[in-house]
Amino acid sequence: MRRLLTGNAAAAWGARLARADYVPAFPITPQTEIIELLAQWFGSGELRGRLTLLESEHSMLTAAAAAAATGVRVFTATSSQGLLYAMEMLYAVPGWRAPFVLVNVSRGLASPITLESDHNDVLAARDSGFLQFHCASCQEVVDSVLLAYRLAEDPRVRLPALVNLDGFHLSFTREPVDLPTAEAAAAFLPPFESQGIEFRAGRPVSQAVAVLGGSAYSYFRYETHLAAEQALQAHGAIAAEFAQRFGRRHDAVERYRSDDAEIAFFMIGAFATKAMDAVDRLREAGIAAGLVRPRLLRPYPAAALQRALAGKRAVAVIDQNLSVGKGGVLHGELASVLYGQPDAPLLASYIGGLGGRDISAGEFFQIARELQDAVLARRVPPPRLLYTAGELRQMRNLQAIAAGERGMPEARA
Amino acid sequence: MNPALRRMKDLPSTHLLGAGSAMCAGCGGLLALHEICDLLGARTVFVNAASCMTLLASYPFTPFRGSWLYTAMASAPAGAQGVRDALDILSERGRLPPEQDLTAVALTGDGAATGIGLSATAGAIDRGLDFIYLCYDNEGYGNTGQQSSPATPLGARTATSTGAHGHPASKMDLFAIWVAQRPAYAATVIGADPLDLARKIDRARALKGPRLIHALAPCPPGWSFDPAEGVEIGRLAVKTGIWPLKEYVDGRVVHTHVPHPRLPVEEYLKRQGRFRHLFEPGRDTRVLAQIQSQVDAYWEQVCA
Ligand SMILES: Cc1ncc(C[n+]2csc(CCOP(=O)(O)OP(=O)(O)O)c2C)c(N)n1
Ligand code: SF4
Ligand SMILES: [Mg+2]
Repeated sequence: MRRLLTGNAAAAWGARLARADYVPAFPITPQTEIIELLAQWFGSGELRGRLTLLESEHSMLTAAAAAAATGVRVFTATSSQGLLYAMEMLYAVPGWRAPFVLVNVSRGLASPITLESDHNDVLAARDSGFLQFHCASCQEVVDSVLLAYRLAEDPRVRLPALVNLDGFHLSFTREPVDLPTAEAAAAFLPPFESQGIEFRAGRPVSQAVAVLGGSAYSYFRYETHLAAEQALQAHGAIAAEFAQRFGRRHDAVERYRSDDAEIAFFMIGAFATKAMDAVDRLREAGIAAGLVRPRLLRPYPAAALQRALAGKRAVAVIDQNLSVGKGGVLHGELASVLYGQPDAPLLASYIGGLGGRDISAGEFFQIARELQDAVLARRVPPPRLLYTAGELRQMRNLQAIAAGERGMPEARA
Repeated sequence: MNPALRRMKDLPSTHLLGAGSAMCAGCGGLLALHEICDLLGARTVFVNAASCMTLLASYPFTPFRGSWLYTAMASAPAGAQGVRDALDILSERGRLPPEQDLTAVALTGDGAATGIGLSATAGAIDRGLDFIYLCYDNEGYGNTGQQSSPATPLGARTATSTGAHGHPASKMDLFAIWVAQRPAYAATVIGADPLDLARKIDRARALKGPRLIHALAPCPPGWSFDPAEGVEIGRLAVKTGIWPLKEYVDGRVVHTHVPHPRLPVEEYLKRQGRFRHLFEPGRDTRVLAQIQSQVDAYWEQVCA
């Protein structure tokens, strides 16, 4: 069934096709359409179960994990400030080993406050223990929700999963989406299995208890880490089954015209489609460019990335996030798995697309040129913060207006 | 009221909460919890917030016959919500035989109940969540060394109220905050009056919806008294009128015990090191009078 859907509607459809039993919710722009649609479907009986509006995202995450630990399939969604408000629980609940799916609609973090997208919110959850999927299209959003449930609920894994889509660029953009039928989705994703993690009278369970000492603590932390690593292998098999059933391949690492490329862009999320466009135009101009895009960020597909990038001459990591005082998060992560590898490319760092700022075709070409220069000079250029002279001029204008506004009372007097 | 709960000997004789936990000797909170567990039985899941009681379940041991879920300091009621919602969903689907159903009990200290967890609590009451909220009130952040919480009473010395007159603010009225939201039930209890406590647990158990059990919890290290005196101090809290025993049911507040004659508050205060500065080196007549007049005003309004 092919339909025009926004990224938000696609996320809600993912939950519907997964037959989520329970949706604890709290509204935040740009996520609201997801929970409103689900509320409608629970109301009309198209979806069986319950949506409960909590009074904060911290409570929402607590309720989500508590319900999962009681043995039902749980879906929830948030964005930006909401994700950070829930951060304490985000780090706490993976250790409960009660899987569920959380959709994050990426939005830049205050300050200054904005509604538009970048990835600092979701990367703050990077080390939490949630599996992390990053989508570049509305189709991928539906598919990733289903894949995320399969992977999260896999007996080798049993960890919650986060599916990320970019605010506005995906959340509010309508794209044609192939919706799996309910039967096909059910065949791919069987009913939720608690595997004994559930609260029932007569079978007492103690969840999330305290430990005394570093040995017990380390044991459980390592166990969670190893489960996340096992998810990498499990993901391969699950993605292959998905491709076989639905005809769409969603590998942990997507390679776009990169196999014979000399230079490559490295990005996650919706803006990667802009990079694909740039790759096509660079190829037309005779430049062997490609794109490498991890869909799975946790667990980190290190080996697949090493394979995908070995032999490239230079790679530009374009980070839509900023680790203040360090730079791009994805750049540092990629460097850590390429360092010391035979045939590792030069690795350049670019920050761009913060708070919804566009990355233009011209900028992709400029980056490609700088990579070519780096190859010739055998030197990595310093990290760059993308910003144009035109933007700076506009900003100066705004600052002049702000200064004028501040001066106004005196001016009147 | 359950006619079977008339005398002390009507109280359960089997004890469900295991001994040998990491709590202090003479812990008034633990005393109340023991009594409450015996009455609630094993078909419970205690959803805990960070507090002294978090250490009750320390891997691989638990003193509980039922289940346990530690959440975080702020969100025990939300944990109870998730568990309850999930059990309801399973039950609607016919996937939960009635005998496997559980009562969700949020178990927190006063700090979580009156501060960091108050919005989660208000949300749960507003949603009509079917749960019991058990707050044991040691009048401070006990687990972290007894700093002042919103439940710390006027004049008490805490790790953060070390001035000459002790804690400068009055105790937050958690019971009134609950009652303002018209819950199914709310009661104050104390481990030192097990019969009154048992009747209230019995009543709470039979109801559905948000139910508060607020237990004053004399705390030997936090309040500075000898562990052997905990029960006596608890009784004095009631006899001086400092800790009114009451319940809210069917839309009305009823006092289950009206102390008569009321002892002067000093009888209670002078037994505890946290109030010693009100008596030594000289009497702090202003603060002592203020505490007494607050208690007097309370009971005047009750008996009016
Ligand atoms: C978010 C957060 N902040 C602070 C703490 C540290 N902390 C643990 S227990 C506690 C005191 C809890 O006080 P209360 O609820 O009265 O329970 P008590 O310790 O007195 O039993 C604090 C502040 C924490 N665990 N989590
Ligand atoms: S500090 Fe007080 S409340 Fe905490 S365990 Fe000890 S006696 Fe009980
Ligand atoms: Mg306390």
